[in-house]
Formats: sequence, C-alpha cells, structure tokens
Amino acid sequence: MPKKLREKLDRLSSKPMVKYGVYLTSVVLFFALILLPPILGIIIKWSAMGKVLGDGELVARILNAMKNSFVIALLVSVLDVAAGIPMAWFITRGRSKWINFLDTLADVPFIVPTAVLGYSLLLFWHKPDGISAFFGGSIVSPGWLLVALLHFTFSYPIVVRVIVGALLDYKIEYEQASRTLGAPPLTTARTVTLGIIKPSLIAAFILAFARSISETGATMMVAGIFENGPVFIQNMKNAVSAQPPQVSQAVYEGSTTLASIILVIVSCLIFAVARILGSRLGVPIKKAWPTLERKLSYSSATLLRNITTLLIFFIIVLIPSLFVALPAFEALSTDALSKALAGVEPWTEYWQSLVLSYSLGAVVTLLNVLIGLPMAIIVARKRLGNLSSTLNMLVDIPIIVPSVALGVSLRFFWKETLAFIPDIWLLIFAHLAITYPYLVRSMSAAIERIGIELEEASRTLGAKPLGVFRTIIFPLTKYSMFSGAIMVFTRSVSETGATLAVTQLKTAPVVLVGWVKGKVVATSLEIGLGCGFLILISFIILLALRLVVRGKGRY
Amino acid sequence: MPDVRLVNVTKKFGKIVAVDNVSLHIYDKEYFSLLGPSGCGKTTLLRLIAGLIQPDEGEIYIGDRLVNDVPPEDRDIGFVFQTFALFPHMTAWNNVTYGPRVKGFDVRKAETIGHEVLEMVRLHERLDAFPNELSGGMMQRIAVARALAAGAKLLLLDEPLGQLDAKVRNELRYEIRRMTKDLELTAIHVTHDQSEAMAISDRIAVMKKGKILQVGTPQELYINPQSIFVAHFIGESNFLEGYVSNISGKTTIIELRGGIKVQAVNNKGVKGGEKVLLAIRPEIFTVEKGKKEDKNAILGRIERVTFEGTNVRYEIRLKNQDLIVIVKPSLTGEWFNMGEEVTVSFPTEKAHVFKYPDVGLKEEIAVE
Ligand SMILES: Nc1ncnc2c1ncn2[C@@H]1O[C@H](COP(=O)(O)OP(=O)(O)O)[C@@H](O)[C@H]1O
Ligand SMILES: [Mg+2]
Repeated sequence: MPKKLREKLDRLSSKPMVKYGVYLTSVVLFFALILLPPILGIIIKWSAMGKVLGDGELVARILNAMKNSFVIALLVSVLDVAAGIPMAWFITRGRSKWINFLDTLADVPFIVPTAVLGYSLLLFWHKPDGISAFFGGSIVSPGWLLVALLHFTFSYPIVVRVIVGALLDYKIEYEQASRTLGAPPLTTARTVTLGIIKPSLIAAFILAFARSISETGATMMVAGIFENGPVFIQNMKNAVSAQPPQVSQAVYEGSTTLASIILVIVSCLIFAVARILGSRLGVPIKKAWPTLERKLSYSSATLLRNITTLLIFFIIVLIPSLFVALPAFEALSTDALSKALAGVEPWTEYWQSLVLSYSLGAVVTLLNVLIGLPMAIIVARKRLGNLSSTLNMLVDIPIIVPSVALGVSLRFFWKETLAFIPDIWLLIFAHLAITYPYLVRSMSAAIERIGIELEEASRTLGAKPLGVFRTIIFPLTKYSMFSGAIMVFTRSVSETGATLAVTQLKTAPVVLVGWVKGKVVATSLEIGLGCGFLILISFIILLALRLVVRGKGRY
Repeated sequence: MPDVRLVNVTKKFGKIVAVDNVSLHIYDKEYFSLLGPSGCGKTTLLRLIAGLIQPDEGEIYIGDRLVNDVPPEDRDIGFVFQTFALFPHMTAWNNVTYGPRVKGFDVRKAETIGHEVLEMVRLHERLDAFPNELSGGMMQRIAVARALAAGAKLLLLDEPLGQLDAKVRNELRYEIRRMTKDLELTAIHVTHDQSEAMAISDRIAVMKKGKILQVGTPQELYINPQSIFVAHFIGESNFLEGYVSNISGKTTIIELRGGIKVQAVNNKGVKGGEKVLLAIRPEIFTVEKGKKEDKNAILGRIERVTFEGTNVRYEIRLKNQDLIVIVKPSLTGEWFNMGEEVTVSFPTEKAHVFKYPDVGLKEEIAVE
C-alpha cells in the first residue's frame, strides 16, 4: 500500500465516526447475511408444519431421525473427547522427536473433504478391498455404526487441536503443586489438569457435537438405510425433486422445517446444559482412590494407554481417512489417469466443479475475513459494551444448524425475498454462514491472548487505531488468522449438505457424492482418482499458503 | 526425622549448569534459607529436593531415604510456590483440604485437618471464595495452609513472600517461621532478599551461579564472610584495593593506593606481595573532624551526605582518591557536613583481606 494512502487511512481510523461505522457495518452484515436469513427462512415456512403434524407416520419418521442424530452426536462427541485427551496429552507432554510429525498427521483428516472422507471410510470398513479383505466379508456395513465411525473421525482433529491448545496454555505448576500434595499423576490429571482445562473440553465437545448434528454429505455416503436428521432432510429433498415427485412440495417444506427446528432447539438446549453443568458440576475431587489410581499412574499402565491412543489414531482415524488414495495409485498405471486429464465423461463435469469449489472457497474466505475481523475485535475487546457479550453467543449459532437445513432455509428466505437472486450468491451466502463462526472464534481467541497493554503501549506511542492493528495485532495473530482462514477454506471446499440444499450448482464434493451414489456411472478407480485429486490439490494449496505466510519471517 | 542431605548434586539445562556439584546438609527442625541473586539456581535446587525435576548427578536423601527415584507425591513434603499455584477451579477450602483428600483420608479427618491449618494461618473468612477473588496476602496464607495440611514434616518455600507488598511481607515472614517452629517442621526457604533471609533463618546457604559459596548462621555470614561475594551480598562492604606488603604473625600489613599502610587480621590465605581487596563494613569506621594520627587512620573529605532516617550515610573521598561509604546512627553522635575534612579509621580485627579476583571486582560481585 502506498505510504500516503496508508497514512490517510490511519488518520481516518481515529475518527470515532469511521471506527464505529466499521464496527456497525460488520454487525449489520452479521445479522443480515449470517444470522437472520436461516432463521427467517424457517419462520417463513412455519405454517407448512401444520400439514405434517397431522401425518403420524411422517412425524414418527422425523422423530426417529432426530433421536438417531442426537444419540450419535452425543456418543461420538463424548468418545472424541475421551480419545482426544490422551492424544493431546501425548502430543504436548511427549519428549520424542516423532511428536511433531504425529502432531501434523493428526490434522490430515481435516484436509480431506468430508464427503471424500465418507467414501474413504466406506472403502476401508465395508468394501471388499478394505480391511474386510482380512476377515472375508464386510466388517462394518453402511448404517449407524459406520456413521458413528465417520463422525468420530472427522471431529477428531478439531477436538485434539482444541485440547492441545488448552494444554499448551496451561501452567504446569498446578500439576506440580498437586504432586507435592501427595496426588499421583492420574489423580492429578483428573482433579487438577482436566478441571482447569474444562472450558476447552466443553468447547471441544460442542464443536464435535455441532459437526455431528450438521454434517450431511459424508453421512449420506455411509448411512445406508439409516436416517438421521440431515439424511432425512436430504432424502425428502431427493423425493420432492424426483421425476415424478414422490412427496408434495408442502410436505417437503413442512417436514424439513420441523426437523430443522427440532435440531436447532434441542442442540441449543444441550449446549446450554453442557455449559451450565460443566461449570457447576465440579470434577469429582471429593473422592480419591489412592491405591487404584496410584497403580494406574505408573509405567506399564501409561505404556498401555499410549499404545491404545496411537492404535485408535492410526486404525480408526488416519488410515481409513487416507484409504481412498489407494485406488488413485492403482489408477496411475491404467488409462484412467489419461482419460481423466483428457476430460472424457464423466470428467468434464468434475474439472468444472473443482474450479467452482476452489474459487468459491477463496471468495468465501476473503469475504469472511473482511466481515469477520471487525466482529472478532468487537468480541475480543468488548468494543460495543454489553452488546459484545450477546454477539459473542450469537456468533456460534450458524455451526449448530444442520448444514442441509441451513441450505434449505436460506433458499426459502432468499427466494421469497429476492426471487431473482442468482444461485451462485445463494451458495456464497450459505458457505459464509457455515464458516463464519470458525474465523471469528479463532481470531477473537488470538486477540484476547494479546494483552491489552501492548495495544495501549502502541497507542501512547502515537499509533492510530488502524496502525495498531497493522503493527501489533496483525503480526502477533497472523498464524491464528491463517489457521482460521484455513478452517474456513477447507470447510467451504468440503461442504456438501448445504450446497446440495441451496442450489443445483455442482461443487466437487457434490459431483463425487453423485458418483459414489451411482447417479453418474463411474468406476471405483475413477472415484478414487477423483478423491485423490481433491486431497492432493487441497494439500498443495494449503502447503503453499503455509510457506508463503512463513516466508514473510517469524516474530 | 526429615533432615535433608545433598551429595554432589548437579543439574544441567542444556548448556546451563543450574546446580553445580552441590553438597549440603539441612538439619532436622531447622529453618534454612537458600539465598542468592535471581538465576543462581535456588528454585532448581528446591525442585530437585521436591522431586519435580531429577538430578543429572548426585544423591538426595530425605531422612535416611535415598529419594532420587521417588516421585514427588511420595516424598512427604509441602511445597509453597512462588506464584502460589492455587488451583483456580477450586475454592479456598477445597484447595486447603486437597492434600488430605487425595491421600485418601476420610472426609471427617480431612475437614478436621483443614480447620486446624486455617486456624494456624489465622484465616477463617472467605473460604468459599475462589483464588482469583482473594488478595495477595490471603492467597499466600491459603498456599501455606494447603502445604501444611498435607501433613508433611518438610516444608519447601520458593520465594513465598515475593509477590506481596513490603508491609504484608514483613508481617508474614515471622508468621511462617513461628508456624514451622510450632509444628516442629524442617523448612527450606528460597529468597533473593538478604534481609528476609537474615531475619528468619537459623542458617543460610549463599548461592552464586549454581554453587554454594558459604553456609552459616546469619551472624557468621555477616561477621565472617568467606568470599568477596558474600561480603558484598550480605549487608554492605567497602572494597579497597592494595598489595600485601608484609605479614607478621596474625597481622597483615597492606599498602593501599597512594602508599597508605593499614593493618588487618582476617587474612583469607593471601601471601606477601599479592594484590588484595580489603573489605570493611560501613558502620565500623570511626569518623573524626580534622587531621588525626591513629592506627588505620586515613584522611578524607565528605563528598555527600544522605539522611536516611535511622542512619546518616556519608560518601567520603579518601586522600588516595578511593571512595568509601560510612553509615552512622543519626540521633547518637556527631554530624559532619559536606566538604568537611575528616579522618576515618577502622579496627584491625573487623576488616577482611581477600585475594583480588582474577575476573575483577565488578565481575566478581555482579549478580547476573
Ligand atoms: N526448565 C528450565 N529449562 C531451562 N533452563 C532453566 C530451567 N529452569 C531453570 N533454568 C535456568 O537455570 C538457571 C537457574 O534458574 P533458577 O533455579 O530458576 O534460578 P533462581 O530460582 O535462583 O532465580 C537459570 O539460568 C535458568 O534460566
Ligand atoms: Mg526462583
């Protein structure tokens, strides 16, 4: 940026009008683009629910799907946190040189688009060439167990990341104090460490839960006849758009609205309960089992724990996530690769979808940074007084709405209000809403960690507000901002449910889901190759971004 | 019987030798201080005793037990952390009763112990408060109560008063000593504050750069420092440069700069002709107006007078251009004015002769 312009902007930023103008714009955009449309979309169709409530069989089916959603989400998020704690412990406390490598590996499932992840798990657990080959038959057929495995896998990296962060921030002295007071390591971990990082454990639980409640694309692939909330909504959508339609438009709208409302309200209740119970309910420090916990604290038990942790990571998380890449290697030696590159059917559509996916990801990331950053500052620095805390809670709502429901209600809303709005904008809005919380969360947490004194020091030295951001906040939060942007980007590229619901446009995951579901004829080699490209390109883009950011020097 | 013995203990962090071949015996029921400038390895030594870190070499005994491989929870110690390390997610009461509970005592017994130790630290109110709601002095009491409640006979304190303001600090230091004496505990107290260590300790070990320079009672350290560093770090000393011109019997004759000859008896093994430093405490000088002839008398001029309340502090430029500091009680005795010519003298038996350090005086007494 030219120096003149920069100085001018700096000066402008110290005018209260301009400063509050920016903050207010970001708040207005948040309400107008992110929070209200999905909610209003549901409310618009409120009356349609009447038609459905009379239909006992349909209501029973919806309630059953809801029950499935919550049981799976609860089970999976508890297991994820339980498995994530020893892994995060291992990563932060281990002394081996391999730890860094392991740390990076733990992120891999996050890079794999969820729809591809679903297919990969299907291959691994179910298809004859997966692990089933060793057992002479499918180990896990599509159904609730495979869905649970899938959800466990895609939430695992997020949960581990959150707990690792908490353990790194945590002062080891508390643990030492506990040891000197006579508590063996296990008792210490249970009563002190986990007690202190409890807010992060709850946050990890909520993230895993929200993801499980709302994930659609990958779940569709492994669900079989099993139906949870998002799968039900997607099935209804398929039924209404089938030729000829299998259900009426009214039934479709009513049942989707009902399902979405139940999912959102019950999720909100569960989160509220988790937060309240979490802070009220102390860890069971009243009780200690000195002899038992002492036995479990030392060498052989610890070794067993570490081995189990690593086995779970490799066998349930990592290998199944990457399994899809194997047919891709096989495809290299056949003509599948040259056909793919030549763009023969079905590849034309695939390449177009890939371009759409990545440009969409880029646009969404950029827009999110623009409208999310001021919000992160408002939330972290309480710039708008009491309103800040309210905003802080509202920011999370979009991640608990099932992505397909969010897509559906967004479509309702925008088509009712602006009928001529192009589909690509619907798609952008949907992805914006889904990814917004990730960016704001990671940024505001990073800004909170920078002491306000640094900012104040900079101000007393004569920096204008924008100058403070440029010279202090940005350099110090660059990596958090980067990881927030990566979350937004990968989430957008891998998003399937909302995309399917909101538009007919085909992003890469949508195309791949079509192939896997057999709507377009494609061989397993081609599917493997398609997934392989997506993983590889995503990986390269992220790696390149990481190098660029790092190339600018560390602080 | 918790006496503590360290035998040739060394601890390194990468290239830094934090504790360098330390041997030390801390007696049962003693109030012992580890004193030294920050970064000299006091905390490391205390953590080695607690078992929070393991020595690279050497043995540590608590009582008769070799504890090198004993984890901290089995060493039967109480530890008060510099930052208190009160568990932020537990109330004051739960912090205090944590030790008895994790040791598996039944609830009644844990509560009885809790009340006893709170009685001892004289804290009864605000037990339901969380640590972040308490004042520094209260947090410190809770931290001490928590360490005592575990029932250990060995109490380790890492700068337990460092976070408090001066007034609270001065009150609490005597209280901690009183409690350990009432309970017949062995206490090891880490501090960088020599006046704190002098005020409360039975014995003190002075540390520098991972090594122990001298162990002794506060009086021994003050009256008979065995090194320039100790003479400088404990109390205050004037250092005058010179050469040994003659040694006769116990008396060492030293020629200061400008040919001034003086005598001292406390010779730390220096030989004739050697470059030395003469260490003299500021309060042992006699000051008289005008020019006087006397043993160890030197002529000088008052350069600065600072009134400090209890004492008056004079900076005096000796006739050989050396600068010394003299401290005199302000309400008893004579006052002197700036620019006045005076004669200062000191008793032979209270000055100490040290070999001049190879690294120079400045480096030798540097605290970093
Ligand atoms: N965990 C550690 N890792 C690396 N160096 C350390 C560690 N703990 C202490 N040190 C170093 O050891 C030396 C002694 O530290 P410490 O025992 O804390 O000193 P003190 O308590 O006397 O101020 C210092 O140079 C310090 O930097
Ligand atoms: Mg220290």
